[in-house]
Amino acid sequence: MSDQPLLSVNDVSKFYGSRVGCRDVSFDLYPGEVLAVVGESGSGKTTLLNCISTRLEPTNGSVTYRMRDETTRDLYQMSEAERRFLMRTDWGFVHQNPADGLRMAVSAGANVGERLMAVGDRHYGNIRETAIDWLGRVEINEDRVDDQPRAFSGGMRQRLQIARNLVTGPRLIFMDEPTGGLDVSVQARLLDLIRGLVSDLGLAAIVVTHDLAVARLLSHRMIVMKDGHVIESGLTDRVLDDPHQPYTQLLVSSILQV
Amino acid sequence: MNIQADYNFAYLDEQTKRMIRRAILKAIAIPGYQVPFSSREMPMPYGWGTGGVQVTASIIGPDDVLKVIDQGADDTTNAVSIRAFFAKVARVQTTTHTGEATIIQTRHRIPEEQLREGQTLVYQVPIPEPLRFLEPRETETRKMHALEEYGLMHVKLYEDIATHGHIATTYAYPVKVEGRYVMDPSPTPKFDNPKMHMSEALQLFGAGREKRIYAIPPFTDVVSLDFDDHPFEVQKFDKPCAICGAEAVYLDEVILDDRGKRMFVCSDTDNCESRQAAGHRGELSGMEAAQ
Repeated sequence: MSDQPLLSVNDVSKFYGSRVGCRDVSFDLYPGEVLAVVGESGSGKTTLLNCISTRLEPTNGSVTYRMRDETTRDLYQMSEAERRFLMRTDWGFVHQNPADGLRMAVSAGANVGERLMAVGDRHYGNIRETAIDWLGRVEINEDRVDDQPRAFSGGMRQRLQIARNLVTGPRLIFMDEPTGGLDVSVQARLLDLIRGLVSDLGLAAIVVTHDLAVARLLSHRMIVMKDGHVIESGLTDRVLDDPHQPYTQLLVSSILQV
Repeated sequence: MNIQADYNFAYLDEQTKRMIRRAILKAIAIPGYQVPFSSREMPMPYGWGTGGVQVTASIIGPDDVLKVIDQGADDTTNAVSIRAFFAKVARVQTTTHTGEATIIQTRHRIPEEQLREGQTLVYQVPIPEPLRFLEPRETETRKMHALEEYGLMHVKLYEDIATHGHIATTYAYPVKVEGRYVMDPSPTPKFDNPKMHMSEALQLFGAGREKRIYAIPPFTDVVSLDFDDHPFEVQKFDKPCAICGAEAVYLDEVILDDRGKRMFVCSDTDNCESRQAAGHRGELSGMEAAQ
């Protein structure tokens, strides 16, 4: 890990009129680090994620990112063209609902290849080879390369979405409830896969989840949100084993023990 | 009483023509860029060339000679009625000969005879947005054009190769104009795409329902999109035209009877007739006379 943060979030707030989306959130994310954002629904997790990932402009505060050329840039001072380029090369965004992140009417191969074509790859054979390679890495059989995602199961769609995002070798991935809506055995395999990919590729990731088990398994550090505020942050094991705030204690103690 | 006195010259009022001419000038200044314009109701349904007719009406003058083709032919319904329309409302001279025309309005073909400087080709366009079938949001496609994000266009070609083994798009084949805007050349067969490149004639595109005008000025670079390992190719025909014997022209298939007999003839009727007048014959050219 480098001692320079990859992403710095400084006092980010988002107001929807007089309502608070999130307020005064600050943290640093280092290369290769996985940060979980947990909290109950409506606590501002997704708003925060959207503000950081340039999908929603914050009301105040700034987000800076260390580019591949080692310069640190304020995301909201960049041109829209640069932001969108960053979004499809150095970043990935895994949506909760795969239909939001995939093109459902084009084949799996084209879904994975789209980012390559967007950065100027114009050789069909190479694009297809890379797509098949990535499908293999997310455990999708080669013979499904020409099938449309609508013919895929929920778990396969989610894995395809991950392949589509990782094909350009990004350094930072945003995940919004990546295991939401999947049954537990599929969840377990997906988590295993994500954990493997993140450690193999040295990815940094911000994972939004309400599922503490997902946070425990994937993340190094976590922040706990309530009513738009960060109420607790620290190493994942510390927060889960020794929660300081009453709300975090409540959250941890409400995990169903089977 | 002269009932035609009720119409302004070329049907549209002068203010409308001015508005359309402004859009055309802007379109010429930014080759391949779709300029919005406030398309008018025309005395014909959408899809019958309302965009092309408005462009023609705005640029036509009393000295112009008009030719109208529909799928290459001068004698089909759409071509005949639009020609008659302008003969009535603008009293311009009309022709079927490509060489004599100053303005050629076309539905889905570029004439085989090479166009020259001073001529204008007006296309009728149903769907001007090449990215439409992959990205339904207009706000998003406009942004993609603005930021030159054209990866998606290759996704379509990728799908073609993945499904058919080759690029199976045969018409409305996307092109890049002057190295900048990706453009839909209207549903002309891709056979005609190379004719757009460095054309001496001005090419104007009008989409009435979608309210867009775009243009390719003379001598503009027009490149058909492709992959390095699947380069752009035009259709090839096994036989020459059955009537005039022309090769390397675009042919229509005509079914002759219910026992599978068919012939391939020139889609461009003017070109075919000129060749016949010059004495060229194809394998079935005697047939009509015999019957």
